[in-house]
Amino acid sequence: MAENIKETVLNILQDLTGEDLANNLDDNLFDNALLDSMDTVQLLLELQDQLGVTVPVSEFDRSQWDTAAKIIKKVADAQ
Amino acid sequence: MINLQPYANPMYFVYLLIALVPLMIGLAFGRRFKIYETIVSFLLLFLIFDADKWQQGVALIGYVVFEAALVWGYHRYRSRQNQTWVFVLAVIASIMPLVVVKMTPVFSPHPSLIGFLGISYLTFKSVQMIMEMRDGTIKSFSLWAFIRFLLFFPTISSGPIDRFRRFEQDYEKIPDRDAYIDMVGKGVHYIFIGFLYKYILGYLFGTVALPQVARGAMGMRDAFFGTGLSLELVKYMYTYSMYLFFDFAGYSLFAVGVSYLMGIATPMNFNKPFIAGNIKDFWQRWHMTLSFWFRDFIFMRVTFFIMKHKLVKNRIRVSQVAYLINFLVMGFWHGVTWYYIIYGLFHAAAIIINDIWLRFKKKHRKSLPHNKWTQALAIFITFNVVCFSFLIFSGFLNQLWFAPIPHVSR
Repeated sequence: MAENIKETVLNILQDLTGEDLANNLDDNLFDNALLDSMDTVQLLLELQDQLGVTVPVSEFDRSQWDTAAKIIKKVADAQ
Repeated sequence: MINLQPYANPMYFVYLLIALVPLMIGLAFGRRFKIYETIVSFLLLFLIFDADKWQQGVALIGYVVFEAALVWGYHRYRSRQNQTWVFVLAVIASIMPLVVVKMTPVFSPHPSLIGFLGISYLTFKSVQMIMEMRDGTIKSFSLWAFIRFLLFFPTISSGPIDRFRRFEQDYEKIPDRDAYIDMVGKGVHYIFIGFLYKYILGYLFGTVALPQVARGAMGMRDAFFGTGLSLELVKYMYTYSMYLFFDFAGYSLFAVGVSYLMGIATPMNFNKPFIAGNIKDFWQRWHMTLSFWFRDFIFMRVTFFIMKHKLVKNRIRVSQVAYLINFLVMGFWHGVTWYYIIYGLFHAAAIIINDIWLRFKKKHRKSLPHNKWTQALAIFITFNVVCFSFLIFSGFLNQLWFAPIPHVSR
C-alpha cells in the first residue's frame, strides 16, 4: 500500500511539474519553481480523486509540503 | 490626555521598552506573565484610542464584541453541523463591518462611525477563523485566545497579518533562553533597521521630497495634450514608490521587532521587493502577509472551487479568473476609489501577462538567452511596472486629473 501511495503521488507530481522526482525526493518544489499555487490546488484535487485523501486548503502549509518525500508522508499519514 | 499612536515617534519606543522589560525578564526565565501582558496591551491600546480618538475606541469595542460573538457562534455551530450556507453567511457577516466602513465614503462626506484604525487588518484575522473552522483546521477555540490574537497590539494598526494557529503556538510555547535571547537580538536589529527606514529614508522621501515633486508635477497638469504626463510626474512616481516602501517596511519591521521582544515570531512583511525578477516574484516579496493571505484564502479557494465543480475547463483560464478576483478584491479592500480598483486590475493583468510569458519561456527554454543581462533587464522591467502601479495606487492621478484648479498658487 505504501508503495502504491508513493507511486501515485510521484505520478501526480510528474504530471504537474513535468519532471520525474523519484530520485529527487528531497528537492524543494516551491523554491525551484516546480510548483505554484495552481499546481498545489490541482495536487489536492488529484489526491482526493485518486487516493481518497481529503486535504482542506488551510491544512496546506507550504513548509510542510515542499518536497516529494514530505508529500508522500503526509498522504500516507492521512490515509 | 495623552494619546500615543503606535510607532509614531522615537519616544514611543522608550515607553514601550519600559513597559516590556518585566515581560522580557519573565520570558528570559521561561515564564510568560500573562496578566501583566494583558494589562500592558490594554494600556497601549487605550492610549491609541483615547482622547480625541475615543469614538474609534468605542467602535473597536463594538467590533470586537461583534466578531467574538460571531466566531464563537460559528464554532459552536461547526462542532455539530457543517452546512455551506451557514458558512457563507458567517463570512459575509464577518466582513460586513469593513464593507460598511469602506463604502461609507462613497455616499457620505464623513467617515463611518464604526471605523477605527486597524479595522482592515483585524478583518483578515476574523475571516480566517471562520474559514479554518469550516476546513476543520481550527478545532479547539477559546474566546480569550481569539481576542488576544485579534488585539495583539504590536500589529494592530497595519499588520503584519498573522495566523491564529501560528500565533497561539508561539504564545503558549515559551522559547528556551538561548532561543529567546536570539529573538531579542533579532527584534532589536529589526527595530533599528525600522528607524533607518521609517524615520530617515521614509521621512526624506515622503516628507522632504514628495511635496516638492508633487508641486512640480501639478505645475505640469497641462503637459502632453492635457494629460499631465511629464518628467515631473515620473519623478513623483519614483519618489512615492520609495516613500511607500520605506515607510511601510519600516513600520512592519517595528511591528515584527516588538513582537519578537514579546516572544512572538510575527511573520515578515517584506523581502527585498525591488530585486524581484517578475510580478509573481514581486508578490512573494511585497507585503507578504497580505499577499499570502490572499493566496491561501482567496486565490487557492477560488481555483479549488472552480476546478472541483468544473466550472471552467481550461486550467490557464481558471488561474486567470482567480487572479482577477483575487486582485480585484485586494483593490476594493484598499478602498472604494477608482485608483485602488484600477491598481488591483493592473496587477491582475500584469500577473496574467507574466504567466503567459513564463509559459512561453518554458516552451522555448533552449532558444532564449539567459544571463545576468537578461536578469538585470527583468528586474528593471518589473521595478518600473511596480512603480507605475504605485503611481496609480497613490491617488495622485486623481488629484492631477480631477482636482479643481487652485485659485492661489503656493
